[in-house]
Amino acid sequence: MMQEALESTYSILGRDFANAGRVSTQIKDTLKRLGVHPAVVRRVAIVSYEAEMNLVMYATRGKILLNVSSEEITLRIDDEGPGIRDVNLAMQEGFSTATPEMREMGFGAGMGLPNIKKNADEFNISSELGRGTRLHVVVKQTP
Amino acid sequence: MSSSIMARDLTLAGVRDILNADVLNGDDLSIKVVRVGAADLLSDVLATSKMGTLLLTGLLSTQVIRTAVVADLCGVVFVRGKKPGEDILALARESKIPVLGTRLNMFEAAGRIYKAIAESQ
Repeated sequence: MMQEALESTYSILGRDFANAGRVSTQIKDTLKRLGVHPAVVRRVAIVSYEAEMNLVMYATRGKILLNVSSEEITLRIDDEGPGIRDVNLAMQEGFSTATPEMREMGFGAGMGLPNIKKNADEFNISSELGRGTRLHVVVKQTP
Repeated sequence: MSSSIMARDLTLAGVRDILNADVLNGDDLSIKVVRVGAADLLSDVLATSKMGTLLLTGLLSTQVIRTAVVADLCGVVFVRGKKPGEDILALARESKIPVLGTRLNMFEAAGRIYKAIAESQ
């Protein structure tokens, strides 16, 4: 079980493909260092990485806020970007608005948001067209 | 990836021999390969792989290495003779992800490993 609590914020730039995924590997290292169970670390890392890739692919900029307590790990991902027109549609596996460039990187097949939800104990998404998207994900410390 | 197979007593050195592969990164080839899967879609890898999976892929992107880190994969094999660029290899070295390269296509590479595992059981 975790000994210390922690809160960190990470900034991410849209279209910065060279660094895409870097923040998520940093988050993973941090959780490992804190002694979080490997299975929980993996779930949080997958959530963070899918969200980070979405942010890089679609948004102008954004932030990931990581909060670690002894019971749970919370990720809040806020972006400034185009927003999602139909959130229910975006949550369906296979629905995608990705460009060929995104698909060439191995993403953009309409799996990201469903993958995030699958790894989350709590999942909330809200989006405003022309403003941005906000994700709130909780992963419990008990694997 | 959902059909990734369980391996027993297979190491990265064993995979190198089975695939006549070049070792592009990694010093320790005694690492056990617990599972093997093949995919070009990284979201599929993230959705269905398990810890310790060896990934066969024809996708050349630094995101393959990031995915390997995030999903706790034990290594990556680039198939079809694809040559990863220095950006990919530098990230693999930094992230300590073993990387092999084989001239075999995905089907044959997966088939050879599958056969070797099946015969060993």
